[in-house]
Amino acid sequence: MTGNGFFSFRRFRAMVGKEFVQMRRDRITFAMMIGIPILQMIIFGFAINSDPKHLPTVILAADHSVFTRTIISAMQNSGYFRVIENVASETEADLLVKEGEVQFVLSIPEQFSRRLVRGENPSLLLTADATDPAATSNAVSAFRLLAESALSRDLDGPLQHLRRTKAPLDIIVHPRFNPEAVTQYNIVPGLMGVVLTMTLVIITALAMTRERERGTMENLLSTPVKPMEVMIGKIMPYIIVGYVQMGVILLAGRFLFKVPMIGNIFLLLAVSLFFIAANLGVGLTFSTIARNQLQAVQMAFFFFLPSILLSGFMFPFRGMPVWAQHVGEMLPLTHYLRIVRGILLKGNDFAHILPNLWPIALFLLIALSVGLKRYRRTLD
Amino acid sequence: MMAQEPLVIDVRNLTKSFAGKTVVDKLSLQVAPGEIYGFLGPNGSGKTTFIRMLCGLLRPDAGSGFCLGYDVLAESEKIKTHIGYMAQRFSLYEDLSVRENLNFMGRIYGIGNLRDAVGETLERMQLSPFAAQLAGTLSGGWKQRLALAACLLHRPRLLLLDEPTAGVDPKARRDFWDDIYSLAAEGVTSLISTHYMDEAERCHRLAYLAYGNLLASGTADEVIKSSGLTTWSLSGKNVHRLAPTLKSLAGVEQVVPFGATLHISGHDATQLERSLQPFMNGEYTSRKTAANLEEVFISLMQQQRVA
Repeated sequence: MTGNGFFSFRRFRAMVGKEFVQMRRDRITFAMMIGIPILQMIIFGFAINSDPKHLPTVILAADHSVFTRTIISAMQNSGYFRVIENVASETEADLLVKEGEVQFVLSIPEQFSRRLVRGENPSLLLTADATDPAATSNAVSAFRLLAESALSRDLDGPLQHLRRTKAPLDIIVHPRFNPEAVTQYNIVPGLMGVVLTMTLVIITALAMTRERERGTMENLLSTPVKPMEVMIGKIMPYIIVGYVQMGVILLAGRFLFKVPMIGNIFLLLAVSLFFIAANLGVGLTFSTIARNQLQAVQMAFFFFLPSILLSGFMFPFRGMPVWAQHVGEMLPLTHYLRIVRGILLKGNDFAHILPNLWPIALFLLIALSVGLKRYRRTLD
Repeated sequence: MMAQEPLVIDVRNLTKSFAGKTVVDKLSLQVAPGEIYGFLGPNGSGKTTFIRMLCGLLRPDAGSGFCLGYDVLAESEKIKTHIGYMAQRFSLYEDLSVRENLNFMGRIYGIGNLRDAVGETLERMQLSPFAAQLAGTLSGGWKQRLALAACLLHRPRLLLLDEPTAGVDPKARRDFWDDIYSLAAEGVTSLISTHYMDEAERCHRLAYLAYGNLLASGTADEVIKSSGLTTWSLSGKNVHRLAPTLKSLAGVEQVVPFGATLHISGHDATQLERSLQPFMNGEYTSRKTAANLEEVFISLMQQQRVA
């Protein structure tokens, strides 16, 4: 007999092997694991629109005058923009957009005011993070109108003649990352996180509860197998399932929806491990609390609903009330969506996604320790 | 007695309560190596709870003792590697085949040369023809054999069997008991809970539990003798019609139909005989017999309830 230590690789392998055979035998569940991503992809091929406001905006001003102040305050007053700060350089502005900290950058070129007064039709550049087109389109169209109408009030007295010219200034909008505003570009990468959350939480929540409900837990507990071996042995096969699901979505996204994938796919696959494990941890924790399989499914939905509604998948994150945003920030899916979209559409590298990676890691740590603590070594 | 060998089970005052209700109350039990020890008692008497405490599934609230030389409170992990536990309910995987179930259990126990061990066990339990069949599709009797096979793979020294023969046909029960006897001959100790009186009589020794208390223990004969119960057997035409009348007589505690006869028993032998006097005439034949285990157990249970 092998040792009775804390972790035996043989016992762990026995658990994994058993789980795989059971997974193969359970045809419906197996079909669901592959069917759900495909079905969701078809359903969510359509966009869900909304009118998000108070989108964070930074100003990159090379010119300061009464005109620029008018434009900025008009932006604020429209409700669509929330000016958070002035930045000094283009690189700084660029980084903020890439990390998803801000939605817009308004660039005011040098000598804007002078050229405006001279009637030279100066341009304003509004750079938008258009990853999620629904989040920016209304704000962009509002901006075109408000800049002109706001300035017309300032163009008074000797400058009145400028009002008569059709457009005293040019507005250039630069929608970055998803210039054609194809909603699928935003939905399909997001779907990856949603499908992983949905299937993995439910399936793992069921896996352990099933053992208890069928009475096999009693047998397992009377053997020398350790909680760690049971937990990780149960998680392992589903991590592989998670990667298969990711593969299906990435392939469909690439060839069916023609989603551009400019980032490093391997980076995405690597960091996804944290997200997959975090979801499995949640599922396992639920399964240690639930008394039967029905309860386990109910709990999984209890977690799944806020995830899908408050993470920025269904509705633009910044369109939600602040309290809902705070709830959303606690969910791993919120951060994972930013990572997936960041890598695929913006070409983010590791440094860019780090602010969204550690919350997932923290969540994973909490979920696993709660699950392990709750795993009952005895039946009482 | 095999007193020179250390006891396999030696526990004292084991107590367990759930939500303030005492299920096992200061239970002490000693079982010698190679013994087949029967565990009897009505439903809810604490048999399952006691067995679960022995194999580390439940933590006793109080009490102490040893199982296979290991402390039941502190060393349940060590106990687990040397016992075979068969739960009341079939607790192997119905969606795994017979062989896959045995392979899994073998790996969990870390058995070397798994293929041979599983093959041997399949042969011994006559399960070979079903090796590739899913466990869920086996009949009750074969499920029970598979469960026993899974318990035996790692060659445990103690079997804890919780109502192993419930709902199993007589032939399968006999086969099962043959296995238990041959294991006992090899030195494997068994603690078996059951509701069947014929099985109780097959045990070397037995214990009777009710409401968490040990009411009697010893060999079947000892248990019957110590009960102090006197039983009369009454037979004759339409004797069963007398049952309601007999039940109301002084000294009569139990009236049980037994085939064509009635068994009437009570603790007070003289009072019982006096009450039955009117029926000891030509119409009925009466005879003093030994009480059987069932009567003893029912009488124990009634006394416990009164107390």
